Amino acid sequence: MLRRTLLATASATLMALAAPAMAQDEPLKIGFIYVGPVGDGGWTYQHDLGRQAIEAEYGDRVETTFIESVPEGADAERALTQLALAGNQLIFATSFGFMDPVMNVAARFPDIKFEHATGYKTAENVAVYDARFYEGRAVTGTIAGHMTESNKIGYIGSFPIPEVIQGINASFIHARKVNPEVEMRVVWAYSWFDPAKEAEAASALLAEGVDVILQHTDSTAPLAQAQQAGAIGFGQASDMAAFAPSPRVASIIDDWSPYYIKRVGQMLDGTWETGASWAGIGDGEVVIGEITDAVPAEVKAEAEALRDAIGAGEYHPFTGPLNKADGTVWLAEGETASDEDLQSMNFYVEGITAQIPQ
Amino acid sequence: MITLIPRQSASTGWQIATPVMAVLATMVTGGLLFALLGHDPVAAIRTIFWDPLFGPAASYSRPQLLIKAAPLILIASGLAIGFRAGIWNIGAEGQYIIGGLTGAAVALALYPLEAWWLFPLMVAAGLAGGWAWGMIPAMLRNWFGASEILVSLMLVYVAQRVAAWMAFGPMRNPQGMGFPGSRNLQQYPSAANPELIAGTGAHWGVVAAAAAVLATWFLMSRHIRGFHIRAAGTAPRAARFAGVRPQTLVAFCLGLSGALAGAAGLFEVAGPAGQVTDKLGVGYGFTAIIVAFLGRLHPVGILLAGLLLALTYIGGELAQMTMALPAATVQVFQGMLLFFLLGFDLLTRFQIRRRARA
Amino acid sequence: MMIDPLSVFLLLISASTPILFAALGELVVERAGVLNLGVEGMMITGALAGFAAAYASGNPFLGFAVAALAGAAISLLFAALTQLFLANQVASGLALTLFGLGLAAMFGKPFEGVKAPAMPIGPLRINWIVWLGLIMVPVVWWFLNRTRRGLILRGVGENHEAAHALGYDVRLTRLAAIAFGGAMAGIGGAFISIATVLQWTEGMTAGAGWIALAIVVFSNWTAPGVLAGAWLFGGVTVLQLRLQAAGVAVPVQLLSMAPYLATIIVLVAISARQKYSRRAGAAAPGSLGTNFHALR
Repeated sequence: MLRRTLLATASATLMALAAPAMAQDEPLKIGFIYVGPVGDGGWTYQHDLGRQAIEAEYGDRVETTFIESVPEGADAERALTQLALAGNQLIFATSFGFMDPVMNVAARFPDIKFEHATGYKTAENVAVYDARFYEGRAVTGTIAGHMTESNKIGYIGSFPIPEVIQGINASFIHARKVNPEVEMRVVWAYSWFDPAKEAEAASALLAEGVDVILQHTDSTAPLAQAQQAGAIGFGQASDMAAFAPSPRVASIIDDWSPYYIKRVGQMLDGTWETGASWAGIGDGEVVIGEITDAVPAEVKAEAEALRDAIGAGEYHPFTGPLNKADGTVWLAEGETASDEDLQSMNFYVEGITAQIPQ
Repeated sequence: MITLIPRQSASTGWQIATPVMAVLATMVTGGLLFALLGHDPVAAIRTIFWDPLFGPAASYSRPQLLIKAAPLILIASGLAIGFRAGIWNIGAEGQYIIGGLTGAAVALALYPLEAWWLFPLMVAAGLAGGWAWGMIPAMLRNWFGASEILVSLMLVYVAQRVAAWMAFGPMRNPQGMGFPGSRNLQQYPSAANPELIAGTGAHWGVVAAAAAVLATWFLMSRHIRGFHIRAAGTAPRAARFAGVRPQTLVAFCLGLSGALAGAAGLFEVAGPAGQVTDKLGVGYGFTAIIVAFLGRLHPVGILLAGLLLALTYIGGELAQMTMALPAATVQVFQGMLLFFLLGFDLLTRFQIRRRARA
Repeated sequence: MMIDPLSVFLLLISASTPILFAALGELVVERAGVLNLGVEGMMITGALAGFAAAYASGNPFLGFAVAALAGAAISLLFAALTQLFLANQVASGLALTLFGLGLAAMFGKPFEGVKAPAMPIGPLRINWIVWLGLIMVPVVWWFLNRTRRGLILRGVGENHEAAHALGYDVRLTRLAAIAFGGAMAGIGGAFISIATVLQWTEGMTAGAGWIALAIVVFSNWTAPGVLAGAWLFGGVTVLQLRLQAAGVAVPVQLLSMAPYLATIIVLVAISARQKYSRRAGAAAPGSLGTNFHALR
């Protein structure tokens, strides 16, 4: 396995399959599988920026490859195995639905490290990572609460899963905190990415009198609708700067590069260990994109102060007293939510009148 | 002036020659495309067509060919029989989904019971589910004269929504942290459809696909029903005089192709895919239609066509990984292959004659 | 709780515009006896080409014109395969969808992340292209039922042997119909990229082409039926989302199944009427999906 090849640097790509991957001064090979195309402008696009950040950071010491638009299920298992066989030492799987395929392949390649985004199963060589998107939602919720004139804010959810429900609750709590009159309307699109459907969902909210739209789906369609109706919204996953300064008044950006750079660094110096990372604003994984001039200066200042307080760990977006929608007590005065509670969150907080679909 | 003269029976020589010509034509035009986009055309073509079979990681990708091709071949074998008789089931995707759901339902209902008869029962349920879904268009055609092409296509959409409903509702894994998707059947020994001999890729679905090729070949060339089917396709009126009852034939063809598609769905859900999700249907049912035509509706041709398509899928992934070819480019390449295969088929069915101007 | 029906209607006519265009085009194609399952591929081609032209020129209407041309151009691949090479229509249509999705994704890379110019608002605050779609319904109806060319086209679709025997050019008629279908699908796709989303992203038509195919069946192959179908399919989604926004819990998956079941019921009812009452009503064109080869 330690045979060296002179061609390694010149034709590294072509030789990728032929050359044994263990030689000392060869670059560390890192593979990615993406659930969508890198051109989706949202979820996968952001992961690919993270991959590019690895290359920018470590240069010749690493070599990255990716397979895009991999369907969840049997195809994912094959794509992961191909990456493993091609000599990748660290493999990132960037969708929840890759969870069981990752576990299967990881069991067969104990020497290769796997990183699975948004899942919950770990192993000796499988780490999981996710971002505390709800921290960003607290900030956008604050802006939404101030900016709404109709006192109705709308939320386009993808699927009723804990991650999205955290976002809805965090937005609502902080909107209500600055505006006790505010009401939250929720629409489920049952898709992460379906521009036409998202546009219709946004129109439905606008027709209901909503004038601030928060979205947990990846296309810019809701912003386009908001623009036509004179309402505002927020960038999701990526900055969506094309819609600034209005309707896009701020954004929640998934920035995976700090985590990716850290983990690759640990691989390079041999200190990688399994674990479950759930980083947020403080670690730079959730970034609030520029708050534009469409937002009054004092609101902007308040939002930024909240962002900084969360980032510094001085404030937790889920701090009691908080009741569940059914009126029962969830968090007592000053108590903060545990990660376990958040990761299985399946209820709305008091004040949201909608029902979570079952 | 060029005219086309239909051949009495498809020319055997051309039947073998045209697929080869089509693949060569695709290599040339595809190579041009790759070159235009700045990729090494020879390396790209080699990666797609050669490496999965004989490349450095071929010991892994060869069995994967079987896994990818098995559902295509199993479904296409059934479809081809109907197509021969002029009965157009284009809803195999729906029958595949329903077969997967009914088969999985048996396992999920009996979980965690371990018994040797569980998997056979699931196969029976998968067959029955697909059969029943296929019998809907059959009966609607027999009773009311409704087009089976359109009814079977509409039922695909219905099946897709049933799958989503199941994944979010009744079949959701109670231990799945609120995420959609059923329990993983790979981790339920009595229900799993595992690799039968390590390293071959062969699961029960591969065995079933091989059996389907043999059985349909026997049916079409040695059995009286095969004769009826061919007669009904080429000379419907004569067939009726020969005692072929069209209604029986419709029910037989749609039921059979439905059952085979249902079985394919079950083998996939219990094996490579592992669980019921809203993305249970990944397009095998539609791709199988193309496979049936590429295989000239002949069992052996279907076997080869299924393997060829599987090759381009796996080779396409390799090309993404080792050459950074975008998935879209690979998709365009596959589209060209299909166009050439469909176009060149003309030569097997018609003679081209140059006619002097009168 | 009250939902203003007018607001739902206004949402509906806009939301159903892409599928209305694509279905009207496919209606003409199927009336000519051709089943083109490549609608999704033609829509995404139009979505990209239209967006690219609108972005480059700053004129959204030029974008729609280019989208129509691009949709027609890619449909000619299907036309060549099925009409000249006599390949199977179902397989060729599926191949066209695959090819179109890939091609658009490939050429779309430079247009990711930029924004289309805003559309001027048309009369009654309704987009000009929405109006165009509504106007196309009577136009297509008039063409099919009141013009000689429409009559020939229907004849070709009903019985291509007879049409050929009467001296009509089956192949040319079908080529023209397929190109028209491609152009309409292209405009429908461009409505999503230029008017709805204002950006280009891969796979943005997200299955609209398949819904258009269902609508044609629902319509019983008539232009007013296509409008009704587009509004039914669009309406169920709009209503479902609208109810959610108003805080009503709705069974989303079951509701979204309903229009497809309705389509099957309509199809069965029409077929049964035709079969049992002997009244010649319009149903699926007689030669739908079969190729024609003239033995001269």
